[in-house]
Amino acid sequence: MLEQCEGSHAVAVAVAMCRPEVICAYPISPQTHIVEGLGEMVKDGSLEPCEFINVESEFAAMSVAIGASAAGARAYTATASQGLLFMAEAVYNASGLGLPIVMTVANRAIGAPINIWNDHTDSMTMRDAGWIQLFAESNQAALDLHIQAFRIAEELSLPVMVCMDGFILTHAFERVDLPEQAQVDRFLPPYAPRQVLDPNEPVSIGAMVGPEAFTEVRYLAHAKQLQALELMPLVAQEFRQVFGRDAGGLISSYRSDDADTIVIALGSVLGTIKDTVDDLRDAGHRIGAIGITSFRPFPIAALRSALSQAQRVVVVEKCFAVGIGGIVSRDVRMALRDRPQPVLAVVAGLGGRAITKRSLQRLFLDAMADKLESLTFLDLDWSIVNRVLEREKNQRRSGPVAEGVLRDVGSVASRIG
Amino acid sequence: MFEVRIHGRGGQGVVTGAEMLSVAAFLGGKHAQAFPSFGSERTGAPVVAFCRIADSPIRLREPIMAPDALIIQDPTLLHQVDVFSGLKPDGYILINTAKTFEALGLSDFVKGFRPERLLTVPATELALKHVGRPLPNAALLGAFAALGGLITIDAVCSAIESRFDGVVARGNVAAAAEAYRIVLEQEHLAEIHHA
Repeated sequence: MLEQCEGSHAVAVAVAMCRPEVICAYPISPQTHIVEGLGEMVKDGSLEPCEFINVESEFAAMSVAIGASAAGARAYTATASQGLLFMAEAVYNASGLGLPIVMTVANRAIGAPINIWNDHTDSMTMRDAGWIQLFAESNQAALDLHIQAFRIAEELSLPVMVCMDGFILTHAFERVDLPEQAQVDRFLPPYAPRQVLDPNEPVSIGAMVGPEAFTEVRYLAHAKQLQALELMPLVAQEFRQVFGRDAGGLISSYRSDDADTIVIALGSVLGTIKDTVDDLRDAGHRIGAIGITSFRPFPIAALRSALSQAQRVVVVEKCFAVGIGGIVSRDVRMALRDRPQPVLAVVAGLGGRAITKRSLQRLFLDAMADKLESLTFLDLDWSIVNRVLEREKNQRRSGPVAEGVLRDVGSVASRIG
Repeated sequence: MFEVRIHGRGGQGVVTGAEMLSVAAFLGGKHAQAFPSFGSERTGAPVVAFCRIADSPIRLREPIMAPDALIIQDPTLLHQVDVFSGLKPDGYILINTAKTFEALGLSDFVKGFRPERLLTVPATELALKHVGRPLPNAALLGAFAALGGLITIDAVCSAIESRFDGVVARGNVAAAAEAYRIVLEQEHLAEIHHA
């Protein structure tokens, strides 16, 4: 059924249709509307049997999800930004224990400086935590990926993080096709745990493992992620059969078959990139785009094949590793390690800075003219940066950086973009 | 694609207005995308929300920098924020005020614009009359329905009813309907004036 609604509402409805039995969450923007929506459904009885547990922190949220999942319940939570960092230890435990929890991350920057707006720094900090990480391009994709996430998580007994851009998607009203409950039930069978805390058949979960077997247990986690690379395209295929539309899989491509220049990105910025690609195609440029849906496991083989004809690859990423550069681009470079194509990293959209078509077009034209450095910060204002560097050179007590920059920039209340 | 930017202050229902506009467009069979400017919302602080309307799916995620229409929920913003930034030369301007463009000191600014696309409507007064609270968003959407022909007044009323219940919904629908009539009358008068 078509509905015009907020992204958070679409995700809440999709999660509810997956019949979670335990939902626990601690509020943090921009994730809050999702669990608020689910909380209302539990309260008014439209989602049952399901227990909604208010917890005192994100660490508790993930700990409760771990307990619920170990007891055989389908468990869901959602968080963002500092909340994800605060639950970090439990995030690693969930995957280390092999518990198929599904968590939404409404992507948001990490402080300091404190910033509530969107980028991908939060989920990137957990990229090595052993969770599957899926990125949604639109609210329809977010909705569909959540349904697939429970299926993938439970088949592999691995937790799945569905990442959707905070505010840009979570707070955007757009058209979505909400499935029927019967379709979801057909696609997602009841949870049959591989391991469960059952008083009738007692086991312990969470043994201490020493040097004699730790490497093997860790390797098995890696092997499971490699299995996910095989499984996800099959799940996407089955999803298409049941729901009649494409969603999920490892990567998506857009006008990239004959492209000399291929732009890679994650999440909602792909929409703006596709519009920019169309304009450049109209002007006769051979450019295309690839979206990475599964960032973990990283789809090396799929990317190698999709990028085989490209002369250059531009990775637009909403995150960066301070002290070295891109994060996604580093993984793409690794995938293409024996190939001659340059992989150009572009850091963009940090802390909610708008990624505009105009900036992207200029960027791609520079890339196609081989004028792009290996690392670019899109729309970086050098005058602000240089002013601070100059001040620090001239003055020992130059003061806090963020406050100094804000003074230099002046009031931002009147700005629209 | 038709792009609308709504300016107002925290607490005036700016974001809700953009969302209801997108619902009205959706009900009319269009694709629509509404989103806020993502600030930390504080009562009274300048707030911007956006709505794109198109015949095909909308992929673009940038803020609206060159709007086709502006809805200004609070005329005091005219002195604080560059609300007209990027407005297209043949764009629509709808301001919530009982004053005229002349009285607002905008005569020179709007000289190049098409006069039939410049409109003021006393939306706060209409909201106080029908809803009992100074929330002008629904009335402005009613006025907008009369202005562009992009969305129907029926769709606006359905969008309001999908968002609010009972007496609040009825009040907002009445405010929207009266604003719609006021604009149609102004347009009618303008036509007579031109003839």
